[in-house]
Amino acid sequence: MAAQQPALTRDDVAHLAHLARLQLTEPELDLYRRQLDVVLHSVARVSEIATADVEPTTHAVQLVNVYRPDVVVPGLEHAAALAAAPATDEGRFRVPQILGEEE
Amino acid sequence: MSTVSPSADLTRQTAANLATAIASREVSAVEVTRAHLDRIEAVDADVHAFLHVSGEQALAAAAAVDESLQRGEAPASPLAGVPLALKDIVVQQGVPTTAGSKILEGWLPPYDATVTQRLVAAGIVILGKTNLDEFAMGSSTENSAYGPTRNPWDLTRIPGGSGGGSAAALAAFEAPLAIGTDTGGSIRQPASVTGTVGAKPTYGGVSRYGVIALASSLDQVGPCARTVLDTAMLHEVIAGHDPRDSTSIPQPAPNVVDAVRRGQSDGVAGMRIGIVKQLGGDGYQAGVSESFAQAVATLTAAGAEIVEVDCPHFEYGLAAYYLILPSECSSNLARFDAMRYGLRVEQRPDGTLIESAEQVMAATRGQGFGAEVKRRIMLGTYALSAGYYDAYYGSAQKVRTLIRQDFERAYEQADVLISPSSPVTAFAIGEKVDDPMAMYLNDLATIPGSLAGIPAMSVPSGIASDTGLPVGLQIMGPALGELPMYRVAAAFEAAYLAEHGTLVPDLAPALEGAK
Repeated sequence: MAAQQPALTRDDVAHLAHLARLQLTEPELDLYRRQLDVVLHSVARVSEIATADVEPTTHAVQLVNVYRPDVVVPGLEHAAALAAAPATDEGRFRVPQILGEEE
Repeated sequence: MSTVSPSADLTRQTAANLATAIASREVSAVEVTRAHLDRIEAVDADVHAFLHVSGEQALAAAAAVDESLQRGEAPASPLAGVPLALKDIVVQQGVPTTAGSKILEGWLPPYDATVTQRLVAAGIVILGKTNLDEFAMGSSTENSAYGPTRNPWDLTRIPGGSGGGSAAALAAFEAPLAIGTDTGGSIRQPASVTGTVGAKPTYGGVSRYGVIALASSLDQVGPCARTVLDTAMLHEVIAGHDPRDSTSIPQPAPNVVDAVRRGQSDGVAGMRIGIVKQLGGDGYQAGVSESFAQAVATLTAAGAEIVEVDCPHFEYGLAAYYLILPSECSSNLARFDAMRYGLRVEQRPDGTLIESAEQVMAATRGQGFGAEVKRRIMLGTYALSAGYYDAYYGSAQKVRTLIRQDFERAYEQADVLISPSSPVTAFAIGEKVDDPMAMYLNDLATIPGSLAGIPAMSVPSGIASDTGLPVGLQIMGPALGELPMYRVAAAFEAAYLAEHGTLVPDLAPALEGAK
């Protein structure tokens, strides 16, 4: 199945930017609409040869679960973990309001 | 084995020679380190290979090596005391790490990457952190938030990307060793356009623990230097299993230095070298094709049997890569959420406070990421979205299977495969910056090897007659086939030296005008 992707609209780009949590300027929306369109058109050809009988390869090496002995080992210290945070409060990460912002 | 006198220009030596001279205490590691710091001081304002120079730390590390040798202790490794430039996407505890991005400006990692630990344990002296395209996305190092690196061969040209800083540091004699990371060619293409050597090990051959992730199924750390032997010696220091990386191959580092010695002594007699039909022809600069033809002639004269191999699905590699990479990067870069580390933008341009976490996140990412990063995050978000997943991401993963199968068939006919590393020599800064597709074409020859996870490297194959700039020869081994790859690289380098009397890196301009 050839990817018959329709041309991207400015609203599509705005929606993608929202999903990706990227605040874009008005000129950026126009620029990315054009550029993403060109790139998507060019990469869509992957579907030409990706027939149903081809198994996908997700990783170059076979992945297996890796376990270690279930023993306590030292991790990153509390202060080190917090050291790079933009804001901390009483030994915790201090973040802006999270609850109640969406419907 | 040549020796190094203290009056010699220490920055012009190979790492192997420096290590021998340091171990035998002909020169001190401190002298060697100081010479490189002086060179950085003299030329880096023009080259801009480094984002951070760790002068005091480097001298202290070098002094520790000297003291240990004075006490009569054996060197920690065959490269003890030799300086190195570390790509600024590999974390080093307490040393600023930015990945070329504003979003990590001022970040001090609280831990060492496994690669960093191994370098330090080997007594290698880390001079500082090198410039790169933001989060390793690019082929020119123009996407760094801290300004481009310039190619020491011609300061108006790009040094390749994303590891342009590491490659330029080598070509400008600021360091004899460097670390790069290669996702689609970010070690090999910079090596090619700066006339240096760079190797991407088999995927999983070097730990990615502590290496800021771009595309986890493709990223690989690798060694860079000005000679094949130096590259191999560094390869042995950083390679090998790491239990902290679940994709790390549970095998010891391959003995690539032995493979290099064998290539130097025995050449490539009896080896079958495959030329990939699809990695030549259209889109390759005339000077690059010419240099490649000469390289084939050199290898033939050195005893190799040349065969042409057909890899029909390679033409889909670029398209598959530019779906898989953005998909994985859109996921990996979600961690830059302004909450736990990095930049946080809390105010609107008018100075009012942004109240919610979601809006802070969007504002921070909008300001903190550069154009290429935002473009790829959105591309990945699109490719992974419901309704398009099968057509884009799913299909790209199938192309990856077809490319792996092409390689498998090719290695039935040949021990290693070769191609030009990059379709063009170094282009002018600014030339392709507004045209993503033109920029992406730089990785045409390196991407298939990345998708298949095989080892591949670039060695200088000469100077292009049309531009006077270096050209790289790509040598690709089968999975875990580092030994034949290094053997061919070393044999080629030795044959080139015998033929021309000098190696390509030694022809790099002196940049004396810089100081």
